[in-house]
Amino acid sequence: MSKPLKQIHLAAHFPGVNNTTVWSDPEAGSHIEFSSFAHFARTSERAKFDFLFLAEGLRLREQGGHIYDLDVVGRPDTFTVLAALAAVTKHLGLTGTINSTFNEPYEVARQFAGLDHLSGGRAAWNVVTSWDAFTGENFRRGGFLPQSERYSRAKEFLSATNELFDSWNGDEIVADRQTGTFLSDAKAGAFVHQGRHFDIEGQFNVPRSPQGRPVIFQAGDSEEGRDFAASSADAIFSRYATLKEGQAFYTDVKGRLGRYGRRPDQLLILPAATFVLGDTDTDAEERARGIRRRQVSGATAIKHLEFVWNRDLSAYDPDGPLPDIDPDLGEHTIARGRAQVRMYRDPLATAREWRERAAANKWSIRDLVIETGNRQSFVGTPATVAATINEFVQADASDGFILAPHITPGGLDDFADKVVPLLQERGVYRTEYEGTTLRDHLGLAHPDDARAEREAS
Amino acid sequence: MSSSPSPLHLAVALDGAGWHPAAWREPVSRPRELLTAAYWTDLVTEAERGLLDFVTIEDGLGLQSSSHTEPDGRTDQVRGRLDAVLIAARVAPLTRHIGVVPTVVATHTEPFHLSKAIATLDYVSSGRAGLRVQVTARRNEAAHFGRRTFPPLRVEDYETPAGQELLTGLFDEAADYVEVVRRLWDSWEDDAEIRDVATGRFIDRAKLHYIDFEGAHFRVKGPSITPRPPQGQPIVSALAHATVPYRLVARSADIGYVTPHDADRARAIVEEIRTEQTAAGRADETLHVFGDLVVFLDDDPAGAGARRERLDSLAGHPYTSDARIFTGTPSGLADLLQEQAAAGLTGFRLRPAVAGHDLPAITQGLVPELQRRNAFRRAYEADTLRGLLGLARPANRYAAATA
Repeated sequence: MSKPLKQIHLAAHFPGVNNTTVWSDPEAGSHIEFSSFAHFARTSERAKFDFLFLAEGLRLREQGGHIYDLDVVGRPDTFTVLAALAAVTKHLGLTGTINSTFNEPYEVARQFAGLDHLSGGRAAWNVVTSWDAFTGENFRRGGFLPQSERYSRAKEFLSATNELFDSWNGDEIVADRQTGTFLSDAKAGAFVHQGRHFDIEGQFNVPRSPQGRPVIFQAGDSEEGRDFAASSADAIFSRYATLKEGQAFYTDVKGRLGRYGRRPDQLLILPAATFVLGDTDTDAEERARGIRRRQVSGATAIKHLEFVWNRDLSAYDPDGPLPDIDPDLGEHTIARGRAQVRMYRDPLATAREWRERAAANKWSIRDLVIETGNRQSFVGTPATVAATINEFVQADASDGFILAPHITPGGLDDFADKVVPLLQERGVYRTEYEGTTLRDHLGLAHPDDARAEREAS
Repeated sequence: MSSSPSPLHLAVALDGAGWHPAAWREPVSRPRELLTAAYWTDLVTEAERGLLDFVTIEDGLGLQSSSHTEPDGRTDQVRGRLDAVLIAARVAPLTRHIGVVPTVVATHTEPFHLSKAIATLDYVSSGRAGLRVQVTARRNEAAHFGRRTFPPLRVEDYETPAGQELLTGLFDEAADYVEVVRRLWDSWEDDAEIRDVATGRFIDRAKLHYIDFEGAHFRVKGPSITPRPPQGQPIVSALAHATVPYRLVARSADIGYVTPHDADRARAIVEEIRTEQTAAGRADETLHVFGDLVVFLDDDPAGAGARRERLDSLAGHPYTSDARIFTGTPSGLADLLQEQAAAGLTGFRLRPAVAGHDLPAITQGLVPELQRRNAFRRAYEADTLRGLLGLARPANRYAAATA
């Protein structure tokens, strides 16, 4: 008996603050004006995507003591854009990254519960952690969190917000005009949470929202991050968009769920992915190469090398060989506000490996950065891309993908018009939304139903 | 010779089913829809049909209460509400002209988050955003955050030295909060985004500025992550009942909402605010002083009175308010507004007693009456809220400093 075909989940990531976004393209529009977000959201909904995703950053990045100016700089407020997008879409899920370090549970719970009400059940929260004093300089309490405690705070933050979401059953508003009873329970919303990071109590003032709780996404990749996701998230936003790495990650994370009394289908694995379409596979490859050259200018290549070297390399020629000096191993001071810097845990080894690869392939600095940087995940004709995406999902490299086009706002248009119909023809992708909430799209149970199921078993 | 009166500005304050605690029991009310987008969209589009300058949206960090200082445990009034900034953002794309001014609480929130939220509200509304800043000394709301505590304080303690010290501290903090929000709005110059393909630079970083704010309560570095909003500076407003908050209005706001119960008191309050405004070096800036009024409006004066009595009887006690309560006809209200305008108020924020009844009475009764008197606009004459209020788009403080 053959395995039934998995249904593919697709979502859209608004192109943002990083060098993969090609702002210099004549078709690249605003990253701030609402019309860009509305166009992007409408395309996503036309393509029957599960949700739109917005990333967040709370301080402008700096390099060498200056605000970084080579990528898109600036972005709007996540909650405000998502609430406004709820007005111009009907089904699309609205997912936002919100930091658990520089916020308080009561306020974030109010905002997500409010977004869920105002969108009719389409809100999702990508819980991220950060701790650095650099970002903390924009906030009242400063950079107060040791790195070792970021997941401890995030877990407690999420558990406190869940207590707030669950503090209303959902049936308290009776609004009986005759008897004058508005609330059936004076204690609706009552909560007490005492823990290491939060000691809070009172009454939550947002009644239960359509989804009960927003859908929870998690994006970290460390051991702690994977466990956090396996214990607490509905979906994980990973970065493994190749078949082998994807399968390894998928197996690892799905394998952790049992420890928390959860089934593998209660956590979706959705890697971030990029794509380039062409009339032929060769044409697409050529376009992809051109896009990579535009994503990595000579200046960008030097700046990326500085993430590893942790020193000023502006005197180097991007079209020349890699520096023969070693990275500066002290505290990383050259690039601030970037997650990538943490990826290079052993800069000496990385530098050695890069020098060897560049020498062996006769790569310049710019070639090296292009080759080691984010390669496009799916390149080819619409038929090739549709087949590859389907292959990855059926082979359990993921449950679908969060697609980040390289330009805004029209970067998804071709995908919606050309790739989505091919997936629909194969019977692996919805032709209409079947439900109204994001939980419906993702095949996730309502928290109340999930609770009933747990209690019954 | 009488010159034609200068046009009034009109706003409405939206709060649940209306400001009377029994408003939700009126047949016209939709008490089970207060948390839906459709309800708020209907209210704001009705206000826009009436050509009003803006709506404010009430908010708070605890359940609504009939007590100024603590929860009341009541179940016979509307309880539960949504974040006002989100409501404003949800409604903004569905309207075109009316300003949207959510309430924000300075005491427990981050000015950095709030600044980018209102800047973004300005983008999603194409230049129609503002905020109403509020402080809170409620102990139960502080406990929701667990970061600070307040001493017990009853309303009658406000005038004691301890009460004054607490309130002055909270309003000083709110002034710092507004200062940070405003500096962050200016932290990008208007033309900072250059997209210079030749040099590969997306922005001219010389046009982005650290705000380096340091105050008694917090420090904020900046710049904002959000570019300067369309209006440059969205509208800042605050409700004020006494000297300490009047000073916040005079120093930091574009609009103050005040609550005089007669024309003499209106004149005195306006004078106090104008004096503070001059002392703050803002004498040449437009600062609106709006009168707040709760309104029960019906075509028949007896009908309005009977409706108020019916609601009071449902509530179990007569309705009281910090603001003057007007019960009568649109024509009577127009007389009152013109009298108070003559005393120096430049506009009014009307609080509909029953949103489903008194808001349409404002837009379909009061507004035509004021138009007949040449006291209110006949069409929207500007695309931005600043434009509607007669405020120029301000220069960027940082650009001026480096020019």
